[in-house]
Amino acid sequence: MKYLDEFNDPALARLLFEQIDAAATKSWAIMEVCGGQTHSIIRNGIDQLLTDRVELIHGPGCPVCVTPLEMIDRALAIASRPNVLFTSFGDMLRVPGSREDLFSVKAKGGDVRVVYSPLDAVNLAQEHPDKEVVFFGVGFETTAPANAMAVFQARDRGLRNFSMLVSHVLVPPAIEALMTSPTSRVQGFLAAGHVCTVMGTRQYEPLAQQYRVPIVVTGFEPLDVLDGIRRCVLQLESGRAEVENAYPRAVRAEGNLPAQEMLAKVFETCDRPWRGIGMIPMSGWRLAPEFAAFDAERRFDVGELSVSEPEARTLPRGRSAAGHTQAGPVRVLRQGVHPSHTDGRDDGLQRGRLCRLLPVPPARSAGGGASWLRPPPHRRSTSRAGRARCRFGTRTAS
Amino acid sequence: MGHGGGGQLSAELVQHLFLPSFGEAARTATPTDAHVLTLGNGVRLAFSTDTYVVRPLFFPGGNIGELAVYGTVNDLAMSGAQPLALSTGFVLEEGLEMDVLGRIAAAMGAAALKAGLQLVTGDTKVVEHGHGDGVYINTAGIGVLPAGADIRPDRARPGDVVIVSGEIGLHGIAVLSLREGLEFGTELRSDTAPLNHLVAAMLAACPDIHALRDPTRGGLAASLCEIAETAQVGIEFDERSLPVPEAVRAACGFLGLDPIHVANEGKLVAIVAPDHAEAVLAAMRATDVGGSAAIIGRVVEENGGVVVARTGLGSTRIVDRPLGEQLPRIC
Repeated sequence: MKYLDEFNDPALARLLFEQIDAAATKSWAIMEVCGGQTHSIIRNGIDQLLTDRVELIHGPGCPVCVTPLEMIDRALAIASRPNVLFTSFGDMLRVPGSREDLFSVKAKGGDVRVVYSPLDAVNLAQEHPDKEVVFFGVGFETTAPANAMAVFQARDRGLRNFSMLVSHVLVPPAIEALMTSPTSRVQGFLAAGHVCTVMGTRQYEPLAQQYRVPIVVTGFEPLDVLDGIRRCVLQLESGRAEVENAYPRAVRAEGNLPAQEMLAKVFETCDRPWRGIGMIPMSGWRLAPEFAAFDAERRFDVGELSVSEPEARTLPRGRSAAGHTQAGPVRVLRQGVHPSHTDGRDDGLQRGRLCRLLPVPPARSAGGGASWLRPPPHRRSTSRAGRARCRFGTRTAS
Repeated sequence: MGHGGGGQLSAELVQHLFLPSFGEAARTATPTDAHVLTLGNGVRLAFSTDTYVVRPLFFPGGNIGELAVYGTVNDLAMSGAQPLALSTGFVLEEGLEMDVLGRIAAAMGAAALKAGLQLVTGDTKVVEHGHGDGVYINTAGIGVLPAGADIRPDRARPGDVVIVSGEIGLHGIAVLSLREGLEFGTELRSDTAPLNHLVAAMLAACPDIHALRDPTRGGLAASLCEIAETAQVGIEFDERSLPVPEAVRAACGFLGLDPIHVANEGKLVAIVAPDHAEAVLAAMRATDVGGSAAIIGRVVEENGGVVVARTGLGSTRIVDRPLGEQLPRIC
């Protein structure tokens, strides 16, 4: 299949593994920013085949799992209303709020539907004029243009029953927060390819210069990821700290200018808490005042939401106290997930109505208690890490 | 909803709710698709039931009626049985068009003839408008096992070969793309088909087939995991040897799904002793539904209960059965 098969070639992959092995004379810690890249690394076992001198740190967390608890609770409150048709990308449905998730709301009779595009939600609003149709707009910069387009379309079609609950997060402020964290061990970044398709690469130049850190824009197929790692290692070994584009078939330096124009009209930057990380200044997008009529936060008064994030951690620190390579948010989320799966029953079946259990690893890897929170086994063994890592977010589109 | 997805949650529901609640009455129940009853004269009957709630009712390559016949036929066939007769139970939603029901019933008749069995008894109930998706169908079937056939997941032995009967992922992606209005260049058709003739051909080539599974909901991954867990053996397969149509690969890539988790409705996976593998494969390839049959892996001693995939790059990863429904991901 064009653009897939040629970037999965085992012989070329072997060559890249050899080149990385030869280039890395010291140990380096590189963070791949996007869950889609993490998925590719785990799915293809790249971490097993990579030299031990290159450590991949998965983080800072995919946009699904860093969505703040308060926002999830807000979504749950809105979706529970009788007149609301709540729409979302599929993977948000499993993300737990303080007490439940969107699947539970659906099981209790809430009208919660998975859509593949925010424009589907706009169409639903047109088809159901008697209902309030709400779309849960999450994601990095990648999904933002389609969300912005949905708001535009809703306005053009004069739809008064469409609104969007926006919880967008932005990559550059997260990289900056990581680089200013005293506990961060990250020495180089694989920037999220599809984020850069939209936003271009220029906004990363000041970060690379100021923090003396290589940032390699990287794609998602195995050879993309390996080439990103190779270039990052070469920069680190030669003391360079540049923005490099290893995904030229999808990314141009200036990005997608019409999309950026639209984003600038529809959204404005705001402070945003990241689940498991904490507040990162100016790291989110919300709807601009001109589009306030479509803002679900304003439209639905859900009262005061009192939430307590399980644990506000400092930023991902790679092989930190826990000795593993996993970023904070995912781990905190799983801590949030764990208790509901063992609510006093040891038979593995959740009490109450038929609803989706939360995505915890299967019992056989649990080994009683919270052993699945332990670091994954040594990465050269047949890795169970694939399922121990981000269950919510491991796919393309960053 | 996840509890009906055929994945880990469905298995938990049976294991932790139904079987304990049924108690002594379910003492002889087997967690397999078909139960084998031995009569006084030594004749062995396989008995199975399944309920069909597919939406939309008609999809490229099939409809709920065909599915309801072939699904139960295939459950019987996975024990090696040739189906004799099927009962049909309908739950109809008030307002369902007679024409639609007629087309579904005609499809069931044709499907029964193709599989070589009789539809013998039935029942119909109607529920109020809004309480069903048009029509739900339950079928229960009986079949006769040929002498000597002993096909059970726990018979998988280290050294055995894993064969899949054809291209995977077609049914799930065909239904999904129609339901959600997605297009992937070429039209995908469900692989809905009866497997009893294929199984008969396989048994003719080798009466000692160890295990058979039809990877419906939960896909190939769920079937392999079930065999590995039941027999407490490891299963290794090579991702590159999986027959995955290009359109399925494209759709899965687009939606963030894995083809090994996508439902099939006319495929089986067979566990066969290595000495018989080539003969069985040849017999499968000579049938109309087994033309693309391929050896994909083998049963191993190590990693008991675990399925391991060898990736294109030469690394390995553990394959889990899907948790519940498959969700498209953005991330």
